[in-house]
Amino acid sequence: MLPDLPLHLPPLHLAVPLMAAPVGVLWRRPVLAWGWAAVVSAVTLLMAVTTLVTVLGHGPVSYAVGNWPAPWGIELKLDILSALMLVLINGIGLLTVLYGRASVQSEIQASHQYLYYICYLLALAGLSGMVITGDAFNLFVCLEISSLSSYALIAMGKGRKALTAAYNYLVLGTIGATFYIIGVGMLYMVTGTLNMADIALHMQAAPVNRTEVVAIAFLLVGIGLKLALFPLHKWLPNAYAHAPTAVTTFLASTATKVSLYILIRVFFTVLNGAPLLASHLWAEMLVPFAIAGMFSASLVAIFQTNIKKMLAYSSVAQIGYMALGLGFGTVNGLAAGIIHMINHAMIKGALFMAVGCAVLRIGTSASGAVRVESWQGLGRRMPLTMFAFVLAGLSLIGVPLTTGFVSKWYLMMAAFEKGWWLVAVLIVLSSLLAVVYIWRVVEAAYLRPALPGSDTSRCEAPLSMLLPLYLLVAANIWFGIDTRFTVDLAQAAASALFQPVTGLNGGAQ
Amino acid sequence: MIEALPPLPFPPGLILIAGGLLLPLIPAALRSGWLLLVPLLGLLAVWTIPDGVVVSTHWLGYALEPVQGDSLSRLFGSIFSIMAFAGALFSLKQTRTMELAAALAYAGGAVGVAFAGDLLTLFAFWEVMAIASATVLWANRTTGSQRAGMRYLMVHLLGGVVLMAGIAAHVVQTGSIDVVSLRLDTAATWLMVIGVLINAGAPPLSAWLPDAYPEASWSGTVFLSAFTTKTAVYVLLRCFPGNEILIWVGLYMVFYGILYALLENDMRRILAYSIINQVGFMVVGAGIGTPLAINGAAAHAFAHIIYKGLLLMSAGAVMYRTGKTKCTDLGGLFQSMPLTTLCGIIGALAISAFPWTSGFTTKSMVTAAAGHEHLTLVWYALEAASAGVFLHAGIKFPWFVFFQKDSGLRPKDPPRSMQAAMLLLAAFCIGLGVYPQPLYAMLPFAVEYVPYDLPHVVKQLQLLLFAGLAFFVLLPMMKRTLTITLDVDWFYRTGLSWLVGRVNRYGGCLWSLAEQGLRTVWNHLVGSLERTHGPAGTLARTWAVSSAMLWVIGLLGFYLILYYVNGS
Repeated sequence: MLPDLPLHLPPLHLAVPLMAAPVGVLWRRPVLAWGWAAVVSAVTLLMAVTTLVTVLGHGPVSYAVGNWPAPWGIELKLDILSALMLVLINGIGLLTVLYGRASVQSEIQASHQYLYYICYLLALAGLSGMVITGDAFNLFVCLEISSLSSYALIAMGKGRKALTAAYNYLVLGTIGATFYIIGVGMLYMVTGTLNMADIALHMQAAPVNRTEVVAIAFLLVGIGLKLALFPLHKWLPNAYAHAPTAVTTFLASTATKVSLYILIRVFFTVLNGAPLLASHLWAEMLVPFAIAGMFSASLVAIFQTNIKKMLAYSSVAQIGYMALGLGFGTVNGLAAGIIHMINHAMIKGALFMAVGCAVLRIGTSASGAVRVESWQGLGRRMPLTMFAFVLAGLSLIGVPLTTGFVSKWYLMMAAFEKGWWLVAVLIVLSSLLAVVYIWRVVEAAYLRPALPGSDTSRCEAPLSMLLPLYLLVAANIWFGIDTRFTVDLAQAAASALFQPVTGLNGGAQ
Repeated sequence: MIEALPPLPFPPGLILIAGGLLLPLIPAALRSGWLLLVPLLGLLAVWTIPDGVVVSTHWLGYALEPVQGDSLSRLFGSIFSIMAFAGALFSLKQTRTMELAAALAYAGGAVGVAFAGDLLTLFAFWEVMAIASATVLWANRTTGSQRAGMRYLMVHLLGGVVLMAGIAAHVVQTGSIDVVSLRLDTAATWLMVIGVLINAGAPPLSAWLPDAYPEASWSGTVFLSAFTTKTAVYVLLRCFPGNEILIWVGLYMVFYGILYALLENDMRRILAYSIINQVGFMVVGAGIGTPLAINGAAAHAFAHIIYKGLLLMSAGAVMYRTGKTKCTDLGGLFQSMPLTTLCGIIGALAISAFPWTSGFTTKSMVTAAAGHEHLTLVWYALEAASAGVFLHAGIKFPWFVFFQKDSGLRPKDPPRSMQAAMLLLAAFCIGLGVYPQPLYAMLPFAVEYVPYDLPHVVKQLQLLLFAGLAFFVLLPMMKRTLTITLDVDWFYRTGLSWLVGRVNRYGGCLWSLAEQGLRTVWNHLVGSLERTHGPAGTLARTWAVSSAMLWVIGLLGFYLILYYVNGS
């Protein structure tokens, strides 16, 4: 039986964390729950890496759940992009679990800590499920699994604001998911199938009709809400700011990225061949909002005094860059979007981890510790944490030899290739705004004296938090220099997405 | 170059950058040795690089050539390393490790640019310089230096992104990332040259330089003066020689620097404006683009880094001892700071291109090139400007700081290490003036230029002009300092003060009007941005679910209408 295991790997990406979550309820003690989550995350990461290697070696993997062949049964479909996303989600997941132990201890009350790890495992299951499925309705189910668990995760934050933020997110997130399912329903009306590849085949053959157009509008708005595309982003800043920092780190690096994945999957695989991408409307639907988000959200970040909120708004701006890459509608544009999605996961993950380290040491009040003034003098108090923040900040700005530069470079190349000079200039100009808001934190930490009466003794975060933090920072630099992994895979994934769907290759392999 | 040693497998700039980054980890007792050793190692590495591509690698799918040597690269690499050494020697008493670490990395960035064989490497080191130099400013830890550091960084990152946009567009259009000579015939090359010119201190953003440099510490300014603008000159010489627009940009810089230096009271600001003036000469040289002009600009850059470093060191020594920088607060320091005074005067003579100093043997090559190319107007303008240089940097700086009225200050000469650094550079100034052949041998083109032979009329005229001015102005003033202090400033009061007053009145009026207008516009802009984007602004407030929903519906409607209108 064991030699067959790799063949049955695809459903396990979803099943393992999903089954592990209820088991976690048995471990009421936080340390046991933590150990369980860490072990499960390590296993799923290993599986994700195996899958990536398989996909790279043998091409896309298709798996018919319950041996019901597509389009009747649920098909799991793993191409390069899916496998890449799996590695990203599970890699970040393992790091945040390892990192989260001390952070969760200080930010979540003891009786709820085991619930944090369970919800995390559920979220992991939902996110992994979304990227492996080849079925549009199945994707909705996984979306709901991950969304519901992330509402609970956000609500665990200190203070009442976490509850309202989670509630707000719940309402808007549910609307987003509903819009998605309305869109999928309309596609089902047109094509009579829910299998993504099958829909794509039908769409190629079918003439354009109004139902399809309305479906596209609903899908884009629905996914845009989950993605926090400007101006549908208003749930995100509060959710990120009031959630426990470990949760923010995980969600910022994975949840919005998976939403971007859905956008890519729906519009480049499912609607592949639809007249949409060929027409200029695709750009008109995405690019103005992407650019508005790049500037508007960065400007809000500049004026923010709450560091977590500042980084959250910066995320909205960065989502703008990713959407812009998609909006070019070219292979290189899509590749640039995917590259930035991976890179930004590493950048924001590192930044939020550094914030978590600071929050752990600065203090107890949930909002006080993330105010810029509270960080004054932190450069001397927590030199390692702050150095990591500076390096990750440089990557966010896009300094050469960091991942941020790689993202910016490919976005620019895609813009020039398309002949959109103005857009290229806007990309580089908006990146200057990041300098301003990152600088405000650096200035407070290094150049301002500590607030009178505050503790100034040197007090670095524990190694369990610093190690994952520095691993991500190192990744930021490593993938800024050696771009083979990120860029080559993203380009391969993008060009694969531009291949028209030729047929179903369902059935177990 | 040194052929006995094999070239390093990585850019020599990295030695300095790594040396700088490691500096905070070095035990305090060994730091001085480390500071001096790193630039020397860098210099050695520079001299092991032969002609041609030495190191190649791959990045972002391009074949990079991070180290490509030729005589122009080695010339700039050498002077950057030498200046890093002299600056380090001068800064041994500087206790702020952050500044020194950043200064070494800054020099490393400049050396890296000088050897970059491809545009991506060049850009990477370019950004290293921007961040490291801003850190040098910030290390001074005054409110002024923090604000100025931020303004400085924004200007340079702006220049950086413009350069990057140009490079990206150039790569898309040509597929080539090689550092080669380019014509300004595409938008891409225009973007690149604008990015480079911003670093050179060209209009309209020249103000970053005098705004930022005087805010650094007494030692920081010495580093700042050497690298950024000269790296830009290097890139202009390498990538954009012979583009005529540079002649006019350079001429503007020449006169901009002179006028503002004459109006200025802060000694380091005077010297900062004079950097723009001097870089203007080099930009003109790049614009003329003939072998003689490029030789001249390169040699001038070499000599300029040394004498400007020397001038700022003497200013730094005064500041180190007195803490003052305003000309009106200083004066009469020659009595107690004889060595600093002497070095300041040597630097001032060199910048004025006095015979037997390095300025004389280098600067006139650019003017001669203009003469050779029959650019009469340019030639006249440069000659006139040379006189102007003598006025503002050659006389004004040493006169007001070391002589003039007696301020009553009796500071001692600075500590030995600072004296040694000044003497080293002073020796360079004289040495290159008396015996320029080694420098000429390093220039990119064979030198047929004989500075002391006076074969050309141009040369002779220029020498006469300088000698006449030097005698006319220096002699009476030197005499009068010893006798009556009251009427020594007749020259300034009658001739100069009239000019200064005129410029001040009309130029000042215009300037303050423009500044006021800009400030109002800026305040309005920031105000309205803060109203909408500030923490209480519409875009930053927490929205009610209903208003967020309104956007959802609105966007859905927008998409539907978009499709309907397009008649799908």
